[in-house]
Amino acid sequence: MAKVRTNIMVCTGTGCLANESEKVIRNLEVILKARGYAEEVQVIKTGCFGFCEQGPIVKIEPDNVFYVRVSPKDAKDIIDEHIIKGRRVERLLYVEPKQKEKINRQEDMPFYKKQLRVALRNCGLINPEDINEYIARGGYEALGRVTTEMTRDQVIEEVKKSGLRGRGGGGFPTGLKWEITKKQESDVKFIICNADEGDPGAFMDRSILEGDPHSVLEAMAIGGYAIGADKGIIYIRAEYPLAISRLNTALKQARELGLLGKNIFGTNFSFDIDLKYGAGAFVCGEETALINSCEGKRGEPNYKPPYPAEEGYWGHPTCVNNVETFANITPIIMRGAEWFASMGTEKSKGTKVFALAGKINNVGLVEVPMGITLREIIFDIGGGIPNGKKFKAVQTGGPSGGVITEEGLDTPIDYESLLERGSMMGSGGMIVMDEDDNMVNIAKFYLEFTMDEACGRCVPGRIGTRRIFEILQKITDGKATMADLDALKQLAYMVKDSSLCGLCQTAPNPVISTMKYFWDEYLAFIKDVDHPRGEGKYTAENKAEIKS
Amino acid sequence: MTVKTLDELRKIREEHLDRVRLREDGEAAGDKIEVLVGMSTCGIAAGARETVNRFVDLLAKERLDSVKVVPVGCIGYCHSEPTVQVNVPGQKPVIYGNVKENKVQEIVEKHIKGGKPVEALILHVDFKRP
Amino acid sequence: MEILLKDNVAKDGEYMTEPQAISVTAPAAEDLPKEKFDELEAFIDSMETTKGALIAILHKAQDIFGYLPRDVQLYIARKLGIPGAEVFGVVSFYSYFTTKPGGKHTLSVCMGTACFVRGADKVIERLKEKLNVESNETTEDGLFTLKDVRCIGACGLAPVVMVDDKVYGRVREEDVDDIIREYRSQEGQQ
Repeated sequence: MAKVRTNIMVCTGTGCLANESEKVIRNLEVILKARGYAEEVQVIKTGCFGFCEQGPIVKIEPDNVFYVRVSPKDAKDIIDEHIIKGRRVERLLYVEPKQKEKINRQEDMPFYKKQLRVALRNCGLINPEDINEYIARGGYEALGRVTTEMTRDQVIEEVKKSGLRGRGGGGFPTGLKWEITKKQESDVKFIICNADEGDPGAFMDRSILEGDPHSVLEAMAIGGYAIGADKGIIYIRAEYPLAISRLNTALKQARELGLLGKNIFGTNFSFDIDLKYGAGAFVCGEETALINSCEGKRGEPNYKPPYPAEEGYWGHPTCVNNVETFANITPIIMRGAEWFASMGTEKSKGTKVFALAGKINNVGLVEVPMGITLREIIFDIGGGIPNGKKFKAVQTGGPSGGVITEEGLDTPIDYESLLERGSMMGSGGMIVMDEDDNMVNIAKFYLEFTMDEACGRCVPGRIGTRRIFEILQKITDGKATMADLDALKQLAYMVKDSSLCGLCQTAPNPVISTMKYFWDEYLAFIKDVDHPRGEGKYTAENKAEIKS
Repeated sequence: MTVKTLDELRKIREEHLDRVRLREDGEAAGDKIEVLVGMSTCGIAAGARETVNRFVDLLAKERLDSVKVVPVGCIGYCHSEPTVQVNVPGQKPVIYGNVKENKVQEIVEKHIKGGKPVEALILHVDFKRP
Repeated sequence: MEILLKDNVAKDGEYMTEPQAISVTAPAAEDLPKEKFDELEAFIDSMETTKGALIAILHKAQDIFGYLPRDVQLYIARKLGIPGAEVFGVVSFYSYFTTKPGGKHTLSVCMGTACFVRGADKVIERLKEKLNVESNETTEDGLFTLKDVRCIGACGLAPVVMVDDKVYGRVREEDVDDIIREYRSQEGQQ
């Protein structure tokens, strides 16, 4: 029997069947037989490709060519042109509405699957301790192109055009940050990678560093070239021993190949990277605190301005970007700003990695295009809530974010819409809570964290977070009165408005947002509110009684 | 050796392209089977180190010298760690979840030696790479 | 005269955090071997520059000594020509550095959010009760040091307890006893 060399996969999902995909199959089989190809080309019925709007779908393997809206009479062209002559049938290729560009590979189609891995493209696919595998995936080509074919301004322009924004949480446009640093007149500049992933329950950066360290090194070199720095620093948590060891291996291999060091790609651009270890302080994720810590000092933030871009590491212009931000740079250079900007929403481009954890079936990392809804992440990708429990809320942005409830589940995720909801993008932690979780306890948990981690530099941060925590403690102990709730609210806004840096400015967010959405859970603890079940645990039964 | 031009870099890529292509879509020649084990902190915490050791031991015992065990980063499926990907040339790569030490034997016997994936352990991946 | 800060804050819970007791003049609590100081000195001498290297040096010192007692901090200060207060300021700022010797095993309970919502708070309470210590304290027999740590990144296994490098996943309150017993009985056998 002849060996099958090609498979024609035809979707027989409900959507495509309704569009006559059965007839397509019949025609394909008949024509194949007539042309004498029935032995080596197989027609296979498949399940739904999930792109029903464009059905019927036909996919040719192993060519990996994807045809859409295939009618029964197209069968002849697919076989005569594609199978026999090896030419693609252009008119059946998918055309992306925005770009009018014909796309023939399944991977290139938007909305094909919910997850799209840009920053995580190599994780789990290559051996992170073998630079050759990274190169085989197209690695260091972007650095080569940048240093030999592009000017510094062109690189910055490309990153600006892509619309990439800081993935550490703030969402500042990366290209703009590079441009500001580039414009500073100084012989010595630095580019720093912020790998101090402090949000408890988030591990995106660690996964990237452990799974694909070279993608960060390469992007740092590109950034160094763009802003005019010949020195990079990776500030990484000492609690990530495996990531540290893989980074060290990667640095060594990159230096051996001359991809880091003097005269990269034979140009006069030289660049090398040092590792600096953190020592456990959440505030060091703030860039001025991080720079102080790099200098071996207490990691306390400074007043801004001057911004690090003006006066940073040892007083030199310094650009600080997050790990995930860097992981997006190489694809932008390789595939172009337009490609990157075609994903996401108007103001938030590209994809975002989230660490999905808590009361969710599929705990793990997901990378999705911006603009996808929380519902899709939690229920479609995350598989919903375990043990048949009801979804209650999801916390995004870690200790700096807030909760989003059922009614906010259909908000498309981008920097602005999460802020509007009283939460924030943050670095990507996403903790799902079910009906059993008491929201006052959750708020208390986060405040205990920020209270411990507040550096002590400013009064609102040092004492304010402490007082907030104490009131929360009093509430959960059942000893609080309505006056305490008022004080709590007032204090929360006071700390938010008056703290020195982002850590404590956002620290009250969990309190503010839980008070907004779960006021009755606070009330349930209050002793001078008249409710029949007494203070203590909020239950569904006393909910109505408390409200009235 | 140092890389001084883009062409030199591309040469390195060509040399190693086969390995990576095999992993992505099974398009590669030869008879080299690969076992990729997710070895991040989370994977190791879930027992990936024991899983790797067991693979190495078993493959040595069975004299399956052409099978290569490769440590890789994680694919983010924390709920199903340790994860293992088996790549057989000419076939679509198969990703397994919850491959504790005691599941290794079955994968070696049925999939690597017998050519039939162990259906019960297969993880269905819902992401794509650009 | 010996001045111990701790004496001034004897009453429980009156202050936010108890200042770490460190006396400038008290004799060393235990003899620290000279070889370890030599090793530290060699490390410092091997550095290209000590500018901005304090944290790296402290990491190394904690590697060598296991903790950062007063004498080690003062040694580093003198070696670098900076005030001892500056060294202590850095040591006390970062949670990774400890000024107390640890027990034989370190019991770390992950207090990341994912573990918290899955019941890590109950697990650590049980441990505190069983071992009769608070966080960052060592049991009387010197066998365990209890620590609450931020996310160790095994959220899929939440809640997680780590004994040294060994990870115990999906720990329930009642599993705590077994874990402690496991290490206690190992000790008994030796």
